[in-house]
Amino acid sequence: MQNNVLIELNDIKKIYTVGESEVHALKGVSYSIRKGDMVAIMGPSGSGKSTMMNIIGCLDKPTAGRYILEGTEVSTFDKNQLARIRNKQIGFVFQTFNLLARTSALENTELPLLYSDVNAKTAKEMAMKSLESVGLKGRETHKTNQLSGGERQRVAIARALVNSPAVILADEPTGNLDTKTGDEIMKIFTQLNESEGITIILVTHDPEVAEFARRSIHIRDGLIERIEENGR
Amino acid sequence: MNFIKTSRVALMALARNKMRSFLTALGIIIGVGAVIAMVSIGQGAKADVEKRFDEMGSNLLFVRPGSMSFRGRHGGGGSYQTMKEADAQAILDNCDAVTYVSPNVNTRSQVIYQNKNWNSSIYGVGHSYPIIRNWDIQDGQFFSEQQVKAGQKVCILGSEVYENLFEGAPAIGQVVRIKRIPFRVLGVMEAKGETGFMSRDDVIFIPFKTAMMRLLGVDSIQSIDVSAASLDSTAEAQAQIEEVLRIRHKIAPGAEDDFNVRNMSDIAESASESTRILTILLGGIASIYLLVGGIGIMNIMLVSVTERIREIGIRMSVGAKERDILLQFLTEAIVLSLLGGILGIFLGIGSAQLISRLSPMQTVVLPSSIALAFLFSGSVGVFFGFYPARKASKLDPIDALRYE
Repeated sequence: MQNNVLIELNDIKKIYTVGESEVHALKGVSYSIRKGDMVAIMGPSGSGKSTMMNIIGCLDKPTAGRYILEGTEVSTFDKNQLARIRNKQIGFVFQTFNLLARTSALENTELPLLYSDVNAKTAKEMAMKSLESVGLKGRETHKTNQLSGGERQRVAIARALVNSPAVILADEPTGNLDTKTGDEIMKIFTQLNESEGITIILVTHDPEVAEFARRSIHIRDGLIERIEENGR
Repeated sequence: MNFIKTSRVALMALARNKMRSFLTALGIIIGVGAVIAMVSIGQGAKADVEKRFDEMGSNLLFVRPGSMSFRGRHGGGGSYQTMKEADAQAILDNCDAVTYVSPNVNTRSQVIYQNKNWNSSIYGVGHSYPIIRNWDIQDGQFFSEQQVKAGQKVCILGSEVYENLFEGAPAIGQVVRIKRIPFRVLGVMEAKGETGFMSRDDVIFIPFKTAMMRLLGVDSIQSIDVSAASLDSTAEAQAQIEEVLRIRHKIAPGAEDDFNVRNMSDIAESASESTRILTILLGGIASIYLLVGGIGIMNIMLVSVTERIREIGIRMSVGAKERDILLQFLTEAIVLSLLGGILGIFLGIGSAQLISRLSPMQTVVLPSSIALAFLFSGSVGVFFGFYPARKASKLDPIDALRYE
């Protein structure tokens, strides 16, 4: 069982100092996510779900508590070590896609490999494979602005997948898409989870999106309010 | 991330915004171009001066009387009247490093030919003068040693005097009058062109003896032109001349000389020193352009960092370290200024050629000034690129990703 734990959060607290007042964004969150799981972190805005995503995604460090990722405590890591973790073990998918403008799908997908020690030829092959797995074969040379919203999000997923990360963090991945395209994107996530066994964490306030996950973690006022099994 | 990858990322980022990249580099292009063009003018002036001195003969030495002091009052240089024709002969006879001498006197006078007249410098010189000064005769011949000794009334015209008095008509054998004394024209000198504001061709040569007796009524000479056997023997010749003259003028050991000897290479050196200062001055002014260009790069890079905060956030989220971002933006700045530098070098060479074609100024582009301009533009990139790059690298990934 211990071997199966991918993410272990242990009494995570996050305090922001705004001017002279302190904001307690997370007040002690403990939770473990297994390898191959698909969970949704839900909660209204200001609940602390974004902070939680930032900490899980190693973009931010907790003020207190321990965060263990694949058996390594990363809560004490410095900026450069965190950058390395983001590069190797985490893939991000954002609501606003966050692709480089005027840049081809292939180059966007290759981006994480630029910051690892993969050579250019291998990087290209890996990126092609990744684009193929999200159904964008033949669209490699299209620039960001020549792609539709759904296609852009697929490029973002391909980019997140390219380094074979331990976990993909998707922050409102369907927020900027229409319902039909959103469903297609969610199907890609569930497929990646079911057939490839990739761990996926969705951050959303949309219950329909959360339904794609196996369980939903509801956050309110910096604490886990309840955990809901979705019966999948 | 290694160097090649960083350069590729930087080049890709620059290519994504070609117009802005070009405009950013424009400051450096103009700066480097201006430095190269300006320095080429200075170098051209230097080469010109050196060429003129070379033409005169760099193994040339001048002997002039020193300044005379009488009861504490110093006269100007050449105020002694102790230099005699025999001194010149003694130098030629006793100094083995000396090959030619020419005793000189000069004055100015009106020269008359038929109904035309012209005011010109009259040089009384020895027969070796054309050899010493490396100056050829275009037409006719120079006067001989016998003609000098006999004090004959013959003359050679400088090309400008010839043009003004004869207007292209044959001059040899004709008679011109200097102070009412008739002189037979033997020849015309080759044109030498101008030195600064002075024309070297506005001159008439007559035997120095004739000048002393007929025109000036003196028995002393004003200077001696000496030609050393070779460039290397000028110092030796100078020492020998000093020794001979000290003995002849009976100057006690330790006493001040009543003459001084200067060699051409010293004079040439001080002249090229002044053109060197000109070069530094011109280059200095042009460097200000380069500085302004560098500030332009910093300005655009700062704007670019603000504009690309989102991009920086994306790069950080996929694992770019502070160092990667710093190097990317620094490389962009360096690539911009180096590309600007290369284009600027072409611009500079082009304008230098244009200047020498359209104006009387000569220009010389030295490989060293190209190398310097290139090196300098690279350092401008590093220096002015560092601050924006550092600013970019210090961004917080979360804020950068959320930046609208």
